[in-house]
Amino acid sequence: MKPITWAAVLGLAVVLVFLLSILLGPADLTPGQVFAALLGGGDVNDRRIVVELRAPRAVMAILVGGGLSLSGAVFQALLRNPLAEPYILGISGGAATGAVVAIALGLAASLSWALPAAAFAGALLAIFLVLRVAATADRRVDVRVLLLAGVVVGAFFTACMAFVLSISDARTVRSAVLWMMGSLAGSDWRTVWMVTLYSIPAVIALVGLARPLNLLAIGEETAGYLGADVERVKRNAYILASLLTAAGVAATGVIGFVGLIVPHSIRLLVGADYRVLLPLAFLAGAVFLTLADIVARTVLPPNEVPIGVITAFVGVPLFLLLLRRSVGAGAGSGIGA
Amino acid sequence: MATESAASNGSAALGTTELSIHYPNAPEPALDSVSMTVPRGCFYAVLGPNGSGKSTLLRALLGMVPHQAGQAHVFGRPVSDWDRRALAREAGVVSQSESLAFPITVRELVAMGRYPYLGALQSETPTDKEAISKAMRVCDIESLAQRFLSTLSGGEIQRTRVARALAQEPNVLLLDEPTASLDVRHEMEILELLRASVDDGMTVFLITHHLDLAARFADRLLLLDRGTVAAEGEPREVLREETLERVYEWPISVSNDPATGAPRVTPLSTSSRSSASSGSGSSSYSSGSSSSSSGSSSSSSGSSSSGSGSRP
Repeated sequence: MKPITWAAVLGLAVVLVFLLSILLGPADLTPGQVFAALLGGGDVNDRRIVVELRAPRAVMAILVGGGLSLSGAVFQALLRNPLAEPYILGISGGAATGAVVAIALGLAASLSWALPAAAFAGALLAIFLVLRVAATADRRVDVRVLLLAGVVVGAFFTACMAFVLSISDARTVRSAVLWMMGSLAGSDWRTVWMVTLYSIPAVIALVGLARPLNLLAIGEETAGYLGADVERVKRNAYILASLLTAAGVAATGVIGFVGLIVPHSIRLLVGADYRVLLPLAFLAGAVFLTLADIVARTVLPPNEVPIGVITAFVGVPLFLLLLRRSVGAGAGSGIGA
Repeated sequence: MATESAASNGSAALGTTELSIHYPNAPEPALDSVSMTVPRGCFYAVLGPNGSGKSTLLRALLGMVPHQAGQAHVFGRPVSDWDRRALAREAGVVSQSESLAFPITVRELVAMGRYPYLGALQSETPTDKEAISKAMRVCDIESLAQRFLSTLSGGEIQRTRVARALAQEPNVLLLDEPTASLDVRHEMEILELLRASVDDGMTVFLITHHLDLAARFADRLLLLDRGTVAAEGEPREVLREETLERVYEWPISVSNDPATGAPRVTPLSTSSRSSASSGSGSSSYSSGSSSSSSGSSSSSSGSSSSGSGSRP
């Protein structure tokens, strides 16, 4: 299929999974009741469930899924490594430390915004530290050093988090662990708006970097000879993709696999041109996470399965299938050189 | 001195004045006060042993390595004054090697040559498409357009990379050993392509180890020796036995190739040296077989300095 066809298919899929997401849930609502509630009519309770619970959650899944997938694709180009993913540079460690501190201090229970705010602050701190460590005296960023710095900073924050957890009570540990596995359950319209206002400019700016990111795939020096301002591209790509990831992590916890598997799958399907890959990765990530969330909340009612578990359970077989198919077709595998 | 170099810059495509580059942690400078000029429309070949600073000179000319002293200029302007996009419209580069992070097709790689002409989200205009297909036609890779690079032979990959540089529609083309891994036909095809481009007004800066072919195709040669200029000028002036033997630390005979009329450089063997040498400038090296041990030891000292200069 041509990229434009893929875009149409995935765009339609986003709309469909959004509708599916607000139609399905523990409360047994008929499609008629749901649409009545959406249009502002129907029962008050139904309206509350659809408009205040299901709709913001579905929108959040689209934003975070798309954002994680897009930033994963950017990290893969930036680090020239197909195994890179949004959390590879320590953002999840920083966010988790912030979140665990907020939970342990009891702030998360008393103030609804404290948990995302603390997680976001932790993520920002990690991003800042990594950039400081990786930038050399002449302000060049060596991506190998960046990767190393990210791994080290991540390990440091993981240790901080483990320390806080070790001196916390069992309830705190349980909430922290659940937060780290990710959940969209806390989504309300206020968080959704904040994530939207914050993510959309980053998404647009990153898609605007598609062409220089393509050049990075063939090496920094060649990219420079072809006219790219390599240092600026690397710096902007790192900061924007990190902030996008941080927003998602702050709002929903650490949701794994989306940022690794979705960009890869899209690359196997449409090739490595980032002008096509980035928008499609956003759409596919949105579809994937919305579907995963639907499964997470409907498979074991009335409990919710952590969404990170679903993304791995669904994502890994799907990805292996794609990988086998593309290797079989001789299109060149996405792994390796 | 300053006015002289400024005057020569007017007609120069590329040039350096007393350029020195010292890589951090390297014992010796990679380039030591190198002054050279590539006139517009010249086929300029750069020769020298491994580690003599050829690749560093190419990178310095385009501002890819910081220099400690002197200046590099492109079309009369210091390279540091050039905006990278503007520079990429003037100078196309085929570097020694590059590795792909993701699989891409031949057409996609060649199309990257249009980067300096396109806006962030702009798609290819008919002008861009024409430049891309012309470059692919000239390099004879049209039939490979949709193939992935990983499925190509070494010669096909090099032709694709030359095509990408040509798609930049540059006024000067810089190539770092583009034919190092190619067979005779593919090597000759690229060199004839470069020669034809020069005859159409392009300037070519070619790094190569093929002394004979450089002598045949190039208008001027630059011979580098451990970061300094050993000789510069027309092929016949540069390819002298004494100079080559000193720079390459190996017995060498230069004769006239009856088939092409160009100088022919023949490396001799150290042991057969005394019998093979006849006539002119050979007396300085006639110590025969006893020199073989000193020759090999000095060549190993030469190669130890290569770490600084030949980084990919």
